[in-house]
Amino acid sequence: MYLEAGKNLSSSRPIKVLLAKPAIDGHDRGIFVLARALRDAGMDVIYAGLLPTPEQVVDIAISEDVDVIGLSLLNGAHMTAFKKVVDLLHEKGIDDIAVVGGGIIPDDDKPLLEKIGITGNYGPGTPLSVIIDHIRKRGEEARRKKEM
Amino acid sequence: MDSYWRKKLNEISKPEKNHEYERWKSNTLDPWNKKTGYKERVYQNSSEIKLKEVYTKEDVPDLESRLGMPGEYPFTRGIYPNMYRGKLWTMRMFSGFGTPEDTNRRLHYLIENGETGLSIAFDMPTLYGYDADSERSEGEIGKCGVNVSTLKDMEVIFKGIDLSKVSTSMTINAPAAILTAMYLAIAKKQGVPFDQVSGTVQADILKEYIAQKEWMYPPEAHIRIIRDMMVYCTKNVPKWNYISISGYHIREAGSSAVQELAFTLADGFYYVDLGIKAGLDVDSFAPRLSFFFNSSINFFEEIAKLRAARRIWATVMKEKYGAKNPRSMMLRFHTQTSGYTLTWQQPLNNIIRTTIEAMAAVLGGTQSLHTNSYDEAWALPSDQAVKVALRTQQIIAEESGIPDVIDPLGGSYYVEWLTDRMEEEAYKYFDRIESMGGILEAIKRGYIQKEIADTSYKRQKKLETGQEVMVGVNKYIEEGEEPINYLKIDKKAEEMQRNRLKEVKKTRDESKVREALDELRKAMLNENENLMPYYIKAVEAYATIQEISDVGRDVFGSWKEPIIV
Repeated sequence: MYLEAGKNLSSSRPIKVLLAKPAIDGHDRGIFVLARALRDAGMDVIYAGLLPTPEQVVDIAISEDVDVIGLSLLNGAHMTAFKKVVDLLHEKGIDDIAVVGGGIIPDDDKPLLEKIGITGNYGPGTPLSVIIDHIRKRGEEARRKKEM
Repeated sequence: MDSYWRKKLNEISKPEKNHEYERWKSNTLDPWNKKTGYKERVYQNSSEIKLKEVYTKEDVPDLESRLGMPGEYPFTRGIYPNMYRGKLWTMRMFSGFGTPEDTNRRLHYLIENGETGLSIAFDMPTLYGYDADSERSEGEIGKCGVNVSTLKDMEVIFKGIDLSKVSTSMTINAPAAILTAMYLAIAKKQGVPFDQVSGTVQADILKEYIAQKEWMYPPEAHIRIIRDMMVYCTKNVPKWNYISISGYHIREAGSSAVQELAFTLADGFYYVDLGIKAGLDVDSFAPRLSFFFNSSINFFEEIAKLRAARRIWATVMKEKYGAKNPRSMMLRFHTQTSGYTLTWQQPLNNIIRTTIEAMAAVLGGTQSLHTNSYDEAWALPSDQAVKVALRTQQIIAEESGIPDVIDPLGGSYYVEWLTDRMEEEAYKYFDRIESMGGILEAIKRGYIQKEIADTSYKRQKKLETGQEVMVGVNKYIEEGEEPINYLKIDKKAEEMQRNRLKEVKKTRDESKVREALDELRKAMLNENENLMPYYIKAVEAYATIQEISDVGRDVFGSWKEPIIV
């Protein structure tokens, strides 16, 4: 592959996303739909598999060098499990992986999640294009941090 | 040689050229469409079955010979001769949240409001066999159902409820044998003999690998446990439905109606094979197999699906399995309205969706029904929402006149044609599954899961493009939603459950617990030993759900699902 003048090869790599349900929740319909939609949108998608712990999610994210972690839960444990993922990233001093949330997340909880850096927090019925755009935006931010 | 399924496929009537339709189309419809400028568009249902404008008797050539009468083989028109005139469907609302005390209160509330059967939902830790004090349970206690760690919790749930007078359905799969053991232990304490205990545990583990993804061990280990439950209950708890074969979750995971029908019945046939392999006579256990279907929003498709399910089950049980008892051929089922169709946008619209879906279930001949509450896209239902949902059933039952006549849509050209098509598509799936080596093999390869994920993605695309409409979501959208009061699980639930567990562990006889768990481990290692008596002994010693499940995790190991994304 040729390097065009002024163009960084790494930034033309597709955005890499890890999709995960970081608790004990088997409702994976949404995450499967999203996996395909993100892939169709040209992103590189990994699925963490069933029932990973927050620790496992962070480990996979680091070893796969992803740009975005997309978290989903429908079981009401988001305030605990999502927060654990973010805390673990902080502990490890990682700030170039963006965290995006979704699932059944009551409106009251959304600002609390945003405050700790989990954006999106989309519920069912959200158009895929909205989620894709958001993940792309957060992914590009993370990518810029990686390249700094 | 042609398989049984190929043979069945050939038997289903394929309507030949429909003369009356063709004549009408060219003489009346086409000129009209041309004149009015009607733009051609394809109408199809969730199963991608294309629909004509109208159906005539030429579309159902074998109607008379295939339909039968209510209470008679092949039971297309209903399993009982008088259906709802004899007995209305059981109104069984799925309940369970927070602590056992919360759930006990909700059960009494529903009984006071005219509910006729109990149905318990458990939270994720319970479903996966983790105790309230496990790290994995953090943030999950009581969120998706009631939390149970030991027999003590079950005692609280059923406080003041006489088990000889109610039938209870428990939506539990991986730890179903443990929960059944707990229920039997409570019956013992109440002095109710096992042969009077009636109810259902879901225990359909195949569906878990397909759709709901709540398992603990590899499939073979769970299947062995189910076999033990079948054998034990057939002999000792004759009114216990030890498997409710569930299409509900298959549908919620994104399948079409036909896929729900086909995969659920394929699971059902697997359990029939299992019982026969365990040495049981088919007529001794098949009457206790029951089903659980979804009722979604496409009204006639759902009705046709339920009618087709009955006809297929009856036919296959008689022809392929040689059942002689008509009860083995009767497909009894519970229905729940669709959760997926509920929207968090404009939640009151969900009352209408649930009403349509409940009517489809009743017109499809269900034996019991759960109607979803309008706030369930937000959280577990509030008292008010669950009451409206129950009243919806009562209005259909007592005001609408719908249950007055059996199978009122029987003979409708459209409904009968569609019932035939659902049946035909299901047989195609059975044939394909058999050619892959059976349903378990198809699941292990990820074929079933992938079929469902494909359908789900296609549906989402249709919503994105507006080809399919969800009111309030992609059409008639309103900005600024009216907030509703939804149920919030008190954080104290977690603390209460942990405290109770601590208390139980402090007061129980440890040596009894160790002994029961050791015996259970030995029994697990011996394939020919029936595990049920060991589960009962363990729960009676107040061993916890996680202690019991961990013995299995240790003996059987865990399982990783095939990658389908």
